[in-house]
Amino acid sequence: MRIGTAKETYRHDEALFDTPVQRWWLAGLFVAIAAFPFVADAYWIYLGCLVAINIASATGLNILTGFTGLVSLGQAAFMGVGAYIVAWLEINLGTPFFVNLLAGGLGAGLIGILVGIPSLRVKGLYLAIATIAASVILHFVFANWTSVTGGQSGLTMPPATFLGTALDQPDKLYWLIVPVTVLMVLGASNLFRTRIGRAFIAIRDRDISAEVLGIPLLRYKLYSFALSSFYAGVAGGLWAYFFRVVTPESFPLVMSIFFLAAIIVGGMGSILGGILGAAFMTMVPEALKLIVGWLSPWLPDAVALLSPVRTIVFGALIVGFLIFEPRGLAEAWRRLRRFFHLWPFKT
Amino acid sequence: MTDWLLLIEVSLAGIGSGGLYAITGLAFVLIYKATKVVNLAIGEILMLGAYVFFGFSAGLALPFWLAALGTVVVAGLLGAGIERTMIRPMLGESPIAVFMLTIGLGSILTGTVELIWGANPLRLPEYLPNQPLFLGDAYVSSKVATAFAIASVVVLIFLALFRFWRGGVALRATASDQAAAYSMGINVPKVFSLSWIIACVTAGVAGMLVGAIGGISPTMGVFGLSVLVVVIVGGLDSVLGALVAGLFIGLLEALAGAYLGGEYKTLATFVLLVVVLMVRPYGLFGTHEIERL
Repeated sequence: MRIGTAKETYRHDEALFDTPVQRWWLAGLFVAIAAFPFVADAYWIYLGCLVAINIASATGLNILTGFTGLVSLGQAAFMGVGAYIVAWLEINLGTPFFVNLLAGGLGAGLIGILVGIPSLRVKGLYLAIATIAASVILHFVFANWTSVTGGQSGLTMPPATFLGTALDQPDKLYWLIVPVTVLMVLGASNLFRTRIGRAFIAIRDRDISAEVLGIPLLRYKLYSFALSSFYAGVAGGLWAYFFRVVTPESFPLVMSIFFLAAIIVGGMGSILGGILGAAFMTMVPEALKLIVGWLSPWLPDAVALLSPVRTIVFGALIVGFLIFEPRGLAEAWRRLRRFFHLWPFKT
Repeated sequence: MTDWLLLIEVSLAGIGSGGLYAITGLAFVLIYKATKVVNLAIGEILMLGAYVFFGFSAGLALPFWLAALGTVVVAGLLGAGIERTMIRPMLGESPIAVFMLTIGLGSILTGTVELIWGANPLRLPEYLPNQPLFLGDAYVSSKVATAFAIASVVVLIFLALFRFWRGGVALRATASDQAAAYSMGINVPKVFSLSWIIACVTAGVAGMLVGAIGGISPTMGVFGLSVLVVVIVGGLDSVLGALVAGLFIGLLEALAGAYLGGEYKTLATFVLLVVVLMVRPYGLFGTHEIERL
C-alpha cells in the first residue's frame, strides 16, 4: 500500500494508472519501446521480439493460472495450435496477417475450451495433469495429421506482408509483434476491472464461495481457458511469423513449463509480473551465454556446459523464487517503488 | 495361432514393464499420502538413481552389490536433502506451489546429470541375466522378467514395512490424520523425511532396473509422465491403485505399441488418463474427497 495517493472517487480507485507520475513513466516507456529499433542492433531487436512474444503468452497463462487459479501445462501446445493455423492460412489462403492472427487466437481459444471442460469435475493438480494430457494429444495431432500440419517436417511459411512490404526481418516484424503484445497486455489489465475479471479472481480465492456468490463456475472457468488460449494462439501466430518454420517439436512440454516458470518468477496474479517474468526468463539464457563467452578463455569446454547449466539455473530460479520470493519480481518491484516513494525520509 | 502367441508375448512384456511403473507409482503415492506433495520430479529422481548406479558400477568399477547398495544410500540421502531444503520450507503453502517446486527440482536434477555425465545415452553394465526365457511357447526377455521379480520383491518389502514396522505405522497414521498423529506423539516432520527417503530409494531402485533394460539418458525423466498417468488412474493416495494401474498401463502401452505403432504409446495412456479424469476424477481406488466451505 502506498501512501500519499488519496483516492476521492471510485473512478480514481479503479483507474489502471492512478498517479500522474505513473502516467509519465508509462509515456516514457512507450517512447522507449518506439525508439528501441532505431538505436539497438539486429541481435537486440531479435531479442526484443522474442521477449514480446513470450510476454504475450505469459500474460495469457497469467490470466488462467495467476488470476483464475487453474494451473495449466498446456500453454505451449495452445501456442502450437495458433502457430499451425496461422502458418496454414498464410500458405494456403494468403489472407492478411491480422486475419490469420485472429483466426489463430480463436482456434486456440476453441481448443482451450475443449481442454477446459474437465475443469467442471477436476481442479488443482488433477487439472494440471489433464492439461499435460492435452499437450501430449495435441503434439500427436501436430506430428501425425500430415495432410494439414506437414507431419514431422512441419510447415515452412512465407513472411507476413503489410502494404506490399514483406515483414521478413526482426526489425520490420518488431512493428507487428510489439504493438500486438502491448494491446494484449493492456487488454488483460483492463480485464480485471470488469465483472469477468473480478469473477476470475473470486474463483481463484475460493471457488465454492464464488459459486455461492452467484458466479457460474464452469462458464467462467471456460472463459478463462478460452481467453488464456486465445492469448497463447495469437502469441503462437506471432511466433510462427517470427521463425517461419512450425514443427511439432517447436512446442514441447518444456516450453509450457517455461511459461509457468515465467509467471512464478514474475509474480502470479499480477500483469506486471507476467511481463517482468517473461522478459527475465528470456534474458537469463542470453546472459548465461554471455558469461560462458567470457569464461571460455579459462574453461575450454565452456560451451558444452551451457545447456546443462541453463537447465539447472532454470530449475533453481523456479525453486528459489517459490521459497524466497513467492510473489515474484513484481513484489520486488513494488518494494523498490515504495522505497523511492518515501526516500529520503525513510530508508 | 501365431497371433495369439504374439498377443501373449506382448502382454507379458507389458506386464513386466508395468511392474516398474508400479513400484515408481508406489514411491509417488507414498510421498503423496504422507506429505500431500504431488512430486513431478519422480521421473528425474529415478533417472538420477540410474546414473548414480552407472557411476558406481561403470565409473568406479565396483561389484554389483556394492554399487546397488551405494545407489540406495545416495538415493536416500538425496531424498532427505530434498525434503529438508526444499519441501520443509514450503509447509503450509498451497499444494500448487509445491507442485511447481517439484517441476523446478526435476529441471535441476536433469541439468546436474547432464553436467556430470553428458547428454548422450549410455548403457549400464550388464547385471541382469540375458538368456531367453520361455513360458510355454511365449518368449519373455529375461531382463524384463528379472526386473519384474525384483520389483515384486520391492513391493512386498514395502507392504511389509507399512504393515509391521513402527515407522510404517507412523507413516500410515500421519497419512490418515496429521493433527491426530501429532497429538499421539508421532514426530510428523520426521515422518515426512522418512517418506521422502523411502520413496527416493524406491525410485532409485526402479531407475537401476529401467536403466538396465533400456539404457540411461538424461531424458529418462519422461518415464515420470507415464508414472503420473499410473497414479492418477489408480488414485493418488492408493497403494493398491498404483500397483493395479501400473500393471495395466504397462500392458496398455505394450499393446498400443505393438498393434498401433510406437507413436501411439503415450497417446493411448494419456487418452486413458483423460477418460479416467472425466469419469472418476479421484482415480479407480482413490478416496473421494468432499470439499466443504
